[in-house]
Amino acid sequence: MEEIANLFQGFATVLQPFNLLVMVIGILLGVIIGVLPGLGGANGVAILLPLTFSMSPTSAIIMLSCIYWGALFGGAITSILFNIPGEPWSVATTFDGHPMARAGKAGEALTAAFTSSFVGALFAVIMITLVAPLVAKFALQFGPAEKFAVYFLAFCSFVGMSKEPPSKTVASMMIGFALAAVGLDQVTGQLRLTFGIPELLTGFDFLIAVIGLFGIGEILLTMEEGLSFRGGSAKINPRVVLQTWLELPKYWATSLRSCIIGCWMGITPAGATPASFMSYGIAKRVSKNGHKFGTGEIEGVVAPETAAHAAGTSALLPMLALGVPGSPTAAVLLGGLLIWGLQPGPMLFVEQKEFVWGLIASMYLGNFVGLIIVLTCVPLLAAILRIPFSIIAPVILVICAIGAYTVHNSVFDVVMMLVFGVVGYVLKKCNYPLAPLVLAIVLGDKAEEAFRQSLLASQGGLGVFFSNTLVSTIMVLGLIALFWPMIQTAWTRMRVATAA
Amino acid sequence: MTDSSHSSGAGPSHRAVEIGVAVAMLLFAAIVMYGAWLAGINWGAEGPRAGFFPFYVGLSILLATAVNLAQALTSERKKLFAEWGQLRQVLSVVIPTAVYVALVPWLGLYAASFLLIAVFMKWLGRYGWTLTLGVAAGVPLTAFLAFEKWFLVPLPKGPIEDLLGL
Repeated sequence: MEEIANLFQGFATVLQPFNLLVMVIGILLGVIIGVLPGLGGANGVAILLPLTFSMSPTSAIIMLSCIYWGALFGGAITSILFNIPGEPWSVATTFDGHPMARAGKAGEALTAAFTSSFVGALFAVIMITLVAPLVAKFALQFGPAEKFAVYFLAFCSFVGMSKEPPSKTVASMMIGFALAAVGLDQVTGQLRLTFGIPELLTGFDFLIAVIGLFGIGEILLTMEEGLSFRGGSAKINPRVVLQTWLELPKYWATSLRSCIIGCWMGITPAGATPASFMSYGIAKRVSKNGHKFGTGEIEGVVAPETAAHAAGTSALLPMLALGVPGSPTAAVLLGGLLIWGLQPGPMLFVEQKEFVWGLIASMYLGNFVGLIIVLTCVPLLAAILRIPFSIIAPVILVICAIGAYTVHNSVFDVVMMLVFGVVGYVLKKCNYPLAPLVLAIVLGDKAEEAFRQSLLASQGGLGVFFSNTLVSTIMVLGLIALFWPMIQTAWTRMRVATAA
Repeated sequence: MTDSSHSSGAGPSHRAVEIGVAVAMLLFAAIVMYGAWLAGINWGAEGPRAGFFPFYVGLSILLATAVNLAQALTSERKKLFAEWGQLRQVLSVVIPTAVYVALVPWLGLYAASFLLIAVFMKWLGRYGWTLTLGVAAGVPLTAFLAFEKWFLVPLPKGPIEDLLGL
């Protein structure tokens, strides 16, 4: 019951007026960021991160995580009203959300989406409250070999679970590791991969990469598509909200299933986007209204939104308990911890109780506040969307440039941001996933350190990664995740063979 | 949204771009491996030396890219990467932004931002002067108040700010 006491301590922290203020600001910014093309959760958090350097870490993480929740909520608005997903994880929401809006049921669709998001997030936060301290306690026994095995598992799941070809995921991830290695070697203090170029001495900052790859890259993709917003007006009145709320409990089974899918996909770093698609697909197969999916079924909004929000939220569990983020945005938050001088990983639960439980308490409150804000502000947000892209685009470019500059007060970073943007555009068009690249930049040094320390202990033998039950189990899980597509094909073939 | 995916305009083929990306990655892998070799890829007194890990990272990029290159070479030739018109749209963002980035050290961030927004709105959006100048001046002004006054984060300034004594 120590956790409950800690959680109440956390609520006491969150309810301080300043923290409440940054929470509301964070959510408002997040919703706007989620609504605008080119500014996503990861990118928005990366741009605003330098502004939090002077805050206390607890206030800073509350503000940044609330931007994340806001962005998760915001993505649904554009999907439903304009058939344009503001975020990749809300693509599945367009399938039934937009037909509902066209049939004049935008209010119902939005209410269902927001409420499902809230339910998914709440489920994930409760899970984090109960499970994260246990995982952290367990992870305290980890040595370098186990730490490396956890990183190995995380990166292998990316390769196995990605819908892109494995060789492209590996290439993208390894480029991230290479960029992370540039500059000062953490272990020996030696310079490497700098080739005498002074700008490379400090290495590549993941914040610049995130702003370039996700921000500028996204704007370029939007420009190519020749985006123009066309969509119906949005009105939500309390009667519609109440009516929809009365209807939603009918879909409790879909909700629960989507919560579980979301949590699972969020903890293993598959992320919110595949979670939303998977949840939609399964709901379509299982539901008795499945054949009507795609024409404006409310259940088709509930399923992806619940799963996306559950996944987005539970991605913070491995970040808090193990120091391994489950999504690009969680990776940026983890980078924030390092900048604020906190050591991510299980020790956080021992040494930084106020920080951890403040964050967890803010997740409960932040999602509740977020639900109220989005339900009341829909007309305002829809108005933002009607601002033409030729005004929005240069403003976002300026915001990205300011964000990139403030990381190290260096114009070179702004140049790199543009380079990353163009590279991100080309890579995305060629189906190279960008999330593993960013995660590798963030975790590269830590993974390498764990790897080298393990090798040092074993005098170079790779057997150290299979030296006890714990580390072998994690490594084997990693290998299974790595070869998952092959295992799946082999299994199906075997079943077909036995059936024939 | 324009239905660009259905129209049959001309443009670079997807295959050519995929091959180009793979070749660039091979080059990148070679640079990483060479840099790692310079730092020392073997074992020293301190254990694995600084280039040890990056060397194998470079090797992995090399191997993965070899697979990607082989797949790109055997892929179909007809699929377009994008139409020239679409790429022109993309370049209409990239080029002004590149000029913008180049101007920041000379003009400062605020004046350069004013120019970027004004050019963008006038050239791509064809807005009237009042709206264009309003947004183009309003955004840097807001940024100035937010960053210099509220957050106390100084952004790059140029001759105009010097003239105004800011």
